[in-house]
Amino acid sequence: MSARAPREEFGTSWRLADGEWHRLHPATPLLRGGVAFVAILGIVIVNLRDTLIQLVVGGPDLGEDPVRWILTNGYAAAFFAIVLGVLLLFTLGFYVSWRMSSFRITDELVEVRSGVLFRTNRRGRLDRIQGVNISRPLLARVFGAAKLEVDVAGHDANVHLSYLGSAAADELRREILLLASGTHSEPAGAAPTGSFLQQRASELLAPERDPNSAPPESVVDLHLGRLLGSLLLSGFTVVILGAVAALAVAVAITHEYFFLFAFVPGIIGMAGFYVRRFTRSVRYSIAATPDGIRVGFGLLSMTNETLPPGRIHAIQVSQPLLWRPAGWWEIRINRASTSQGRGADRQEQTIILPVGNSTDVSNVLSLLLPHLDGEALGFLDRGLISRGGEDGFVNSPPRARVLRWVSRARNGFASLDGIIVLRRGAIWRVLVIVPQARIQSVGLHQGPLLRALRLASVRLHTVAGPVDARLGALDAVKATTFFTEVADAAVTSGLADATHRWRAAPVTAPRTASPTVSTAQ
Amino acid sequence: MTERLEPVTSPWQRVSRRYVVVDFVGNLVSGVFFVGVSLLPALLTGIPLLYLIPAAFAITSIITLALVPRRVRSIGYQLRDDDLLFRRGLLFQRFVSVPYGRMQLVDINRGPIARAVGLSELKFVTAAAATGVTIPGLPETEAEELRDRLVALAETRRAGL
Repeated sequence: MSARAPREEFGTSWRLADGEWHRLHPATPLLRGGVAFVAILGIVIVNLRDTLIQLVVGGPDLGEDPVRWILTNGYAAAFFAIVLGVLLLFTLGFYVSWRMSSFRITDELVEVRSGVLFRTNRRGRLDRIQGVNISRPLLARVFGAAKLEVDVAGHDANVHLSYLGSAAADELRREILLLASGTHSEPAGAAPTGSFLQQRASELLAPERDPNSAPPESVVDLHLGRLLGSLLLSGFTVVILGAVAALAVAVAITHEYFFLFAFVPGIIGMAGFYVRRFTRSVRYSIAATPDGIRVGFGLLSMTNETLPPGRIHAIQVSQPLLWRPAGWWEIRINRASTSQGRGADRQEQTIILPVGNSTDVSNVLSLLLPHLDGEALGFLDRGLISRGGEDGFVNSPPRARVLRWVSRARNGFASLDGIIVLRRGAIWRVLVIVPQARIQSVGLHQGPLLRALRLASVRLHTVAGPVDARLGALDAVKATTFFTEVADAAVTSGLADATHRWRAAPVTAPRTASPTVSTAQ
Repeated sequence: MTERLEPVTSPWQRVSRRYVVVDFVGNLVSGVFFVGVSLLPALLTGIPLLYLIPAAFAITSIITLALVPRRVRSIGYQLRDDDLLFRRGLLFQRFVSVPYGRMQLVDINRGPIARAVGLSELKFVTAAAATGVTIPGLPETEAEELRDRLVALAETRRAGL
């Protein structure tokens, strides 16, 4: 903790989740708005460099510019007074905004108050938490600060705590998850040791501080080479190669080299895509903790996300065509919360495994679906690469070949212990797993073409995300049976499901949501 | 034509016959609108071939209008023990099963034509956007009773997301 922390803050008390109001990290104003200020300062300095050099060393006259004009006309004092005034105003503004922001965590909810002129008060119920995300941007890491985001179901409904002390964020996450899990024990938090500088150094070096337990061991070891290879062999690369080929042809035919320049913004965009994908996937780790799965990644800016049990609505294991020789797979999930983060970040949040071989896939699936036994995992593993036919899946009948030319034999479904498995695609292999307790509703469809072929399609409705749990061109009778089975399973699993209170006793009456609101202001 | 999908044998609750009027007027209005708009290019340019566009729209509209009574008859729902089963569609058949515990909210909507004949529309919202279950053509009192009943059912079977 910073030595500057006022006494009512986390400098003294290590339990933040005590229902009292707390302030954010003292460096928050600097990290939130100050970054822009530093950047502006940098631009000004760079622009003045020539003038400064000339003033100090002497040299050719550069002509009139605003700075020289100010200096030569004796307005230097006034100029510096204005700069100082603006600086003070900014600092004051950030300071006031920091003073006016506070948060508290009670047994029921997490609440944030912020804003100077327009006050905002946001509350999230702890039993509705979809995940807890700790991110450490580079600059924040220097200050030993971290951003904590409590994901709540709904679009842009997340509660942000930015910024907190790095260790405090880890501790707070543990406490929030503990409160959300249904237990109410109060374990003692670990006190910080060492001097301020030592802490900074250790936090910068340590990838993840977890005072609660031994740092979770990642079940997947993502080699740098594999990550680079997967990026180079991604579908995006194919598109680029196509574009380059088209460009070469265009230039060769027309001899207009202007096309090359038109391509420059595209190249910058593509480089950005690769760099983003890379930095978001590098140092990837996934591990099981008592409070769910923890996924971490990032090189300079680190993100660490905890998904409590029962927050995963659909899982998709897929294999782009170019990954097949290497046997790589990607795993994406549907979740109920969407983060406010930038487009690419939001997209990446749904990727649980950027790239991995079939062993990694099995390991990650066993984390995502902890109730599955080895037999079921083996079944899924076989289902991924099976050519279809009699492999435990109910696949499309031969007459569906008209609609599924290549993948007909692989286009099928299966029901396992608590999950529904849909498999499709022979060229682009896809396996979709939906936990029965997360199915929102089920649909059965048949259009005129499908009817003529005595086929039907089934769709499991889950929360929005990259995974689409639908399966077309199934035998009409089997699809109908499947539909009724899934409808029944969705009801029974939904009622029996108690994962939202994963540490509470297995058989508990659903907690009635008490709308009591504390009025501590 | 081969046999249609029939996932359950239990009887379906049908919507009010008066909904035929609502659906008919709605389709008629949109049909007239599209025919009118697509007439414009032909009228402005005077090219005879362009009259084919409004003609195509008119034919489609007439077929749609002729099928309205049958389509309305195809809409049905069942309140089963633990879920609501919904069906609609003639050519494109669609069945949806929504467990009561998954319902996030129930909307009652009344359009101008539906209000004139005393009908309401019940819309079910779950956490999945794809669910899309809307029962049209319910008499107003029946719609409100059904809503209250469904909300009560959803409350007793409340599940997480």
